[in-house]
Amino acid sequence: MNSLTKEVASKKSSRRTATFFKSFLSFFLTFILMFGTWLVLSGKFDPLLLWLGGLSSFLIAFYFYDLLFPAFESGYAVTFIRFSKYAPWLIYEIMKANFHILKIVFHPRMKELIDPHIITFKTNLKSDIAITTLANSITLTPGTITVTATSDGVFKVHAIDRESAEALPGIMLEKVAHVFGEDV
Amino acid sequence: MDILVIIFILFGLLFFIGGAVGIIRMPDFYSRLHPAGKLDTLGIMAVVIGLAIYNLHHFDTLSVLLSIKMILIVFFVFLSSPTATHSIVDAGMRAGLRHWTQKQRKE
Repeated sequence: MNSLTKEVASKKSSRRTATFFKSFLSFFLTFILMFGTWLVLSGKFDPLLLWLGGLSSFLIAFYFYDLLFPAFESGYAVTFIRFSKYAPWLIYEIMKANFHILKIVFHPRMKELIDPHIITFKTNLKSDIAITTLANSITLTPGTITVTATSDGVFKVHAIDRESAEALPGIMLEKVAHVFGEDV
Repeated sequence: MDILVIIFILFGLLFFIGGAVGIIRMPDFYSRLHPAGKLDTLGIMAVVIGLAIYNLHHFDTLSVLLSIKMILIVFFVFLSSPTATHSIVDAGMRAGLRHWTQKQRKE
């Protein structure tokens, strides 16, 4: 009986250390982010200002550490690395598609080129962040605007011509799913 | 360096002009949002990056910090611009506005 309660207690305490460690990491990351922003925005390095900035970042990080990084997991780092690979590709796509829109805008017979229509497709994305990223990426890529995106992964997209519509969901969905470790 | 700055800013201005012309020329509400929401985003990116590079002429801590602030503007525009465009489109959809199609051109 006694050993059992001891075991339960030790399990509990180890879990408590794990949660403590996780919230400490969230706290630490929030603090670094806040203080970095303070340094960049203030641009002054007097001891008094540094001290005040450190204090206010500490207080904010102490009370609101669970807002930015609610449940700290090691997956965050992987997601971050994958996302930093995804971002340049996205910017390249945006550039390419922007030239396409620019061509349409200055084309003399513009109204024959465009063919606005709405397409609907279903994805298997689960998490909110993946759905938000995909919706914003679609909107950022010219020629397509996300009209609605529901939490079960159904997207309605307004496309300005057939060519921009054909690219969806396709490779962008695969990349977003890979970034957040989900099935396509 | 100056040539790079000029290229960036001209590039951005070209996109801004494209956005403005697009708003006038497009046939309906939804298709107008395409140039309005996105050519502007790339335009502001190019112009601000050009200015940030120009700002580094006198290289010291303050100008580096100023350039970082400029890049932060681009970052926030990149976050907020698609969201705003999306909510405008959503408002149009909720109000029940039909989108322009090729059929209407032929009629």
